[in-house]
Amino acid sequence: MTKSAREDVIRCEGIWKIFGKRSHQAMEAIRAHGLSKRQIREEFDCVVGVQDASFSVKRGEIFCIMGLSGSGKSTLIRHINRLIEPTSGSVIIEGQNVNAMNARDLRALRAERIGMVFQSMALMPHRTVRDNVVFSLEVRGVPEAERAKVAAHAIEAVDLTGWEKKYPDELSGGMQQRVGLARAIAADPTILLMDEPFSALDPLIRRQLQTTFMSLSAELHKTTVFITHDLDEAIRIGDRIAIMKDGVLVQIGTPEEIVTRPADDYVADFVAGISKLDLVSAARIMQPLDQYIAQRGDAGFADWPACHPEDKLNTLVDMAVGTDYPILVKAEGAVIGVVSKRALLRGIQGREEASPKAETL
Amino acid sequence: MVDKAFSLLDPFSAIDLDIDGRAGVVKQWAIENRAALQPIKTFFDGLITGIEHLMQAIPPSVMLVMIVLVSWQAAGRRVGIVVAVALIALGLLSPEAWGLAMTTLAIVNSAVALCIIIGLPMGVLAGKSDRFEGAIRPILDTMQTIPAFVYLVPVVMLLGIGNVSGVIVTIIFALPPLVRLTSLGIRGVNPGVVEAARAFGASPTQILLKVELPLATPTILAGLNQTIMLSLSMVVIASMISVRGLGNEVLRAMGRLDAGKAIVGGLGIVILAIVLDRVTQGLGRSGRDRNHRHWWQDGPVGLILSLFQKSA
Repeated sequence: MTKSAREDVIRCEGIWKIFGKRSHQAMEAIRAHGLSKRQIREEFDCVVGVQDASFSVKRGEIFCIMGLSGSGKSTLIRHINRLIEPTSGSVIIEGQNVNAMNARDLRALRAERIGMVFQSMALMPHRTVRDNVVFSLEVRGVPEAERAKVAAHAIEAVDLTGWEKKYPDELSGGMQQRVGLARAIAADPTILLMDEPFSALDPLIRRQLQTTFMSLSAELHKTTVFITHDLDEAIRIGDRIAIMKDGVLVQIGTPEEIVTRPADDYVADFVAGISKLDLVSAARIMQPLDQYIAQRGDAGFADWPACHPEDKLNTLVDMAVGTDYPILVKAEGAVIGVVSKRALLRGIQGREEASPKAETL
Repeated sequence: MVDKAFSLLDPFSAIDLDIDGRAGVVKQWAIENRAALQPIKTFFDGLITGIEHLMQAIPPSVMLVMIVLVSWQAAGRRVGIVVAVALIALGLLSPEAWGLAMTTLAIVNSAVALCIIIGLPMGVLAGKSDRFEGAIRPILDTMQTIPAFVYLVPVVMLLGIGNVSGVIVTIIFALPPLVRLTSLGIRGVNPGVVEAARAFGASPTQILLKVELPLATPTILAGLNQTIMLSLSMVVIASMISVRGLGNEVLRAMGRLDAGKAIVGGLGIVILAIVLDRVTQGLGRSGRDRNHRHWWQDGPVGLILSLFQKSA
């Protein structure tokens, strides 16, 4: 990937959203005295929805925002296309400040460059599948012939060909959300905003749609902000994950970083139940070679199996099953570390080998 | 009376704010300003009389067939049949019934058209703004509950007797449900859908025309239906200020204690009500109820079109 293709498409800088009639006074007070949320609620009768959120999303990246309900994630995502005005801070999309746009430019941005999928589907019940899908083109005044072409293409992409003339309530939940997805990608936007798109669906359909979404995403290469309350989903889909709690972005990182190095107890609690098998790589749990030799001496590694540093635990388990030796980690032909069975098992548990010297094998 | 001694036990009989006397000024004001309103009155009078003359000029059988065809197109075949039967019954009521009914229909149609022109925008505004809704609610309550005779007099003082006054009196009584139900319909639109429309770049006007009004249509049509029914119920009162038609028949019959004439007039009003009610309710059918067909693929127009397509 070239350098220019990895520029930031979305940049959110210090977004604050305070709900209430005296939100601006509350904001001033926070700036001046750094009041806590409780003080804001008691003094100004305002609720802090999002607190100083800053992040950026690179081109083609899938950025997941994970948090429980009420954590402010849906509020945050609505700042990106300015469905909600921030109390303070700004959103910059491809170099343009969204908050400085006039109404016309903002509508053009929403219709042409941002597609959005909603948890509640929010399809228009009085329009057919086809007319729902091309809504953003219709409001831009795109001619009928062009719309028909785009609709056919988008509907085919989500595998709904043949259902164009049906109304949303004639479709199952999963199909409705596929219409929602088709509507979001119809105008070929740069950015996809997904607000808990699959949360209302049953697990099997959810998994199917995740797969559909991921293959579409790989094919179309859209910059995506994906909201979810399901960490498994975030890990499955996201290139990077932001954990949100009470309006604050607690931690931003790759799934592996989040799982192996949680920023605080809250995140640690969250990731405790997550399977590390496909997330954690050999490099993270290995003992560096010199340390290993210093501890146990050079034992001649001739028969030991070897893996790459980026191999996941799952691969290492397969290797460990077939051998009695520890596993070597090799980068570019040279051995850089060793993964003992003990380290592997601890890695799967998600516990650090606290003090390998203190315990004897 | 004021000269009565004030007593705490009966304070009101000693206090006279002379409200009725002051209100009498309104009447004086109305009489003095009559001239200013004359051109407007003449214009609307001409319009209503024009519509009436047009409806009277068309021979009854032609008119009947036309109304039936329009009903069929608008509300489906069943309603078309009901309307045909109702209209034939109306014509058979008495030799003059048809002509009287057409006069009444012209007045009611004018009143309802004006109600739509005034009420729909007001209802949309009320649906969007809590403050506006709060401001008009007491006015609507007053319009609906104040006895018609109260405003009959000032209106007559201002505009004189005749069709225009009749239409205004009818509007005062019949407008509120359309405003209320339009507001209700707009408020009842799923906010998620409106948000989605915003997220896909629709302007406020587009949201109103493409999302809110279509989704509120069933509720708005219920309001229109109520407005039409109330307009019809006003025709007898309107006939007191010299509006002709079926209402006038009822009024005259009452004066002469002529039960037979009253029944003819009354049944005529009821039949008109049935026809208008069925047609407006049928308007609310969505595309789905018509099996995904457009309106021109259905009804008599669809029939004629399909005949042409076969022969072509």
